[in-house]
Amino acid sequence: MKKLILDSLGKSKHRGLNFRDLLYNNEARAFFFQVITFVLVVGLFYTAIGNLFENIEERGINTGFSFLNNRAGFDILPFLGNIVVDYTPESSNLTVFYVGLVNTLVVAFIGIILSTLIGLLIGIARLSNNYLISKLAGGYIELFRNIPILLQILFWYNLFINVFPHPKQSLAFFDIAFLNQRGLYLPKPIPEDGFLFVALAFIIGIIAAYFVKKFFKRKHELTGSHTSTWPYTLGLVVGFPVIVYLLIGSPLQFDYAVLGKFNLKGGMAVVPEFLALTFALSVYTATYIAEAIRSGIEAVDKGQKEAAAAIGLSPIQSLKLIVLPQALRVAIPPTINQYLNLTKNSSLATVIGYPELMSTFGGTVLNQVGQAVEILAMAMLVYLVISLFISLLLNYVNKKMEIQGR
Amino acid sequence: MKQLLKLTAASLLVVGALGVQASTLSDVQAKGHVSCGVSKGLAGFSSADSSGTWTGVDVDVCRAVAAATLGDATKVKFVPLTAKERFTALQSGEIDMLSRNTTWTITRDASLGLNFAGVNYYDGQGFMVKSSLGVSSAMELGGAAICIQAGTTTELNLADWGKANGIDYNSVVSDTNAQTLSNYDAGRCDVLTTDASGLYSMRAGANDPSEHVVLPEIISKEPLGPVVRQGDDQWFNIVRWSLNAMITAEEIGVTSATVDMVSNNPERERLMGRSGSTHEYVGLTSDWTYQIVKQVGNYSESFERNIGINTPIGIARGVNALWSQGGILYSPPFR
Repeated sequence: MKKLILDSLGKSKHRGLNFRDLLYNNEARAFFFQVITFVLVVGLFYTAIGNLFENIEERGINTGFSFLNNRAGFDILPFLGNIVVDYTPESSNLTVFYVGLVNTLVVAFIGIILSTLIGLLIGIARLSNNYLISKLAGGYIELFRNIPILLQILFWYNLFINVFPHPKQSLAFFDIAFLNQRGLYLPKPIPEDGFLFVALAFIIGIIAAYFVKKFFKRKHELTGSHTSTWPYTLGLVVGFPVIVYLLIGSPLQFDYAVLGKFNLKGGMAVVPEFLALTFALSVYTATYIAEAIRSGIEAVDKGQKEAAAAIGLSPIQSLKLIVLPQALRVAIPPTINQYLNLTKNSSLATVIGYPELMSTFGGTVLNQVGQAVEILAMAMLVYLVISLFISLLLNYVNKKMEIQGR
Repeated sequence: MKQLLKLTAASLLVVGALGVQASTLSDVQAKGHVSCGVSKGLAGFSSADSSGTWTGVDVDVCRAVAAATLGDATKVKFVPLTAKERFTALQSGEIDMLSRNTTWTITRDASLGLNFAGVNYYDGQGFMVKSSLGVSSAMELGGAAICIQAGTTTELNLADWGKANGIDYNSVVSDTNAQTLSNYDAGRCDVLTTDASGLYSMRAGANDPSEHVVLPEIISKEPLGPVVRQGDDQWFNIVRWSLNAMITAEEIGVTSATVDMVSNNPERERLMGRSGSTHEYVGLTSDWTYQIVKQVGNYSESFERNIGINTPIGIARGVNALWSQGGILYSPPFR
């Protein structure tokens, strides 16, 4: 831009100050309009925000973030969030925010894993040569993709609490786990002294398994002889910690759920709100991921499969080694979008009362405090940061998967 | 580009205009109806029938204000709101008044930019359980799962009560009254807690009301009343005194049937706007209280028609009787 002005000034030396040149210069005109648009947009926001604060003040509504330190004073459905941040009604509104955040992240994390697994499976099944399998997969996609997600969440939730029995008639699995309309009750592990060593053994096992795998891969590349690594992996990741666990003398107790007067007490309760929400979100999002996977697989040239068959790879090997690595390249960008959708859709949980960010912080706290602008801005910021983080992560993966220049 | 400029200029003007606030009364008279926030359906307080007609004691307060300001009790636009939405709707000016079984507390009155215009029902929080559980007191509820609606004072009371009495419970929170009730019906929780009036209303709507017991404990004070935005004192006075007119009419014994009779009771003549000039102070026509009683009825009529002992909800007047009849309902004098 500086150069442009200098240029026109340079010209004006010869022909006097000539605005016509500037007026008919495309670059100058574009710049001029961009400046005007920028000023208008900034001005609009400035006026809008100024108005907002003026109106809020005029109506005597509290402003600022001091409410975050006030006592919350209400209970939240006990789930992971309460345990992680140790919530009681005596905690502050900021703690409620953290409880909601943890519960949102849990749903997003588990939902993303589940929907990817289901999506991958259904996407591959959709292209199966087996008529029944491919039609079933197609039917699944058409059914779940075309029903609004809000409806599905309500459906699964109400189904769950109506289908499963009352706590007094819980379905029991060897008196260890129980399933009833109030959730899935699992034994709660209580680590004792020395359990740290078992955890340490587990981590060492994973690292060792990684190096073993690397070693055999190198051997494969050098000599061409293939060795299955899964027995080593299993031994290191599972066997090693188990041996350590037994050697130290089982430093882990379990707290089992028992029937109280009204409910099952103790244990670890996975509430139906969580089960229904995660299930609905995974099943719904999986249909889109399946379609992304299918489009990825169909984008792989037919010749690749034929070539794989020609060198004697089995259909499974051909899928795993040849088709999928190429298909995923195409499938990853649309899948990122679906991960983002899943995370954002988790805010629909407020209809069934799962204690995520929008139903606790954006719901009850908002109602007690009444500062909609501050609270909703905080909630929006959280979703924005989570979404940006997910896309950052997956864009990195995408970059890794891209075809390297050959 | 031109288009864009036009649009931007237009939006700037709109944003600028938002700052200007006319008086609620002239707004209401200009648009020809009162926008009144009500519940999404609580039988006896505010609920719509199959033809879309709203009835209930909360609805009657909206109608009284419409009768006073527009001379026609039917000119109300009802806006059904969840407990969570109600204050934002009023703050933002989407509704002119809120009459949605809303508890008057100092926090709400002093920090939300709102004013409570009075109390149209004195309530308290109670518990309802299924009779099959064999529970007869709330003190036996340790370990129970309790269904509760989000965004209410009930949530706060329950936590306080649990702490004070050392009772441990799981709260199961839902967004709407309907989902709370369906959770309770399905057995997701053992106990339903809300204002006692709400419990009676829900019990009346159950398939077999005898299957449910409302426990004797009342754990809080819940004065429910209409709410307006802060900063418009004229409108605040209109809403407050429309409600008081209904209560005073009951005290004097004027009903919608007897309102046209002329008597020599000076207080009654003052209330009916046939003497004095109180109407000028609130900026309304002299027949504003007459229209309220004529079209909506006095407090007792509204109560007995919607939630009284002869309705399916069957609530006795109790504390909601007039002060002169053993209750605490009391209106400052019309003079």
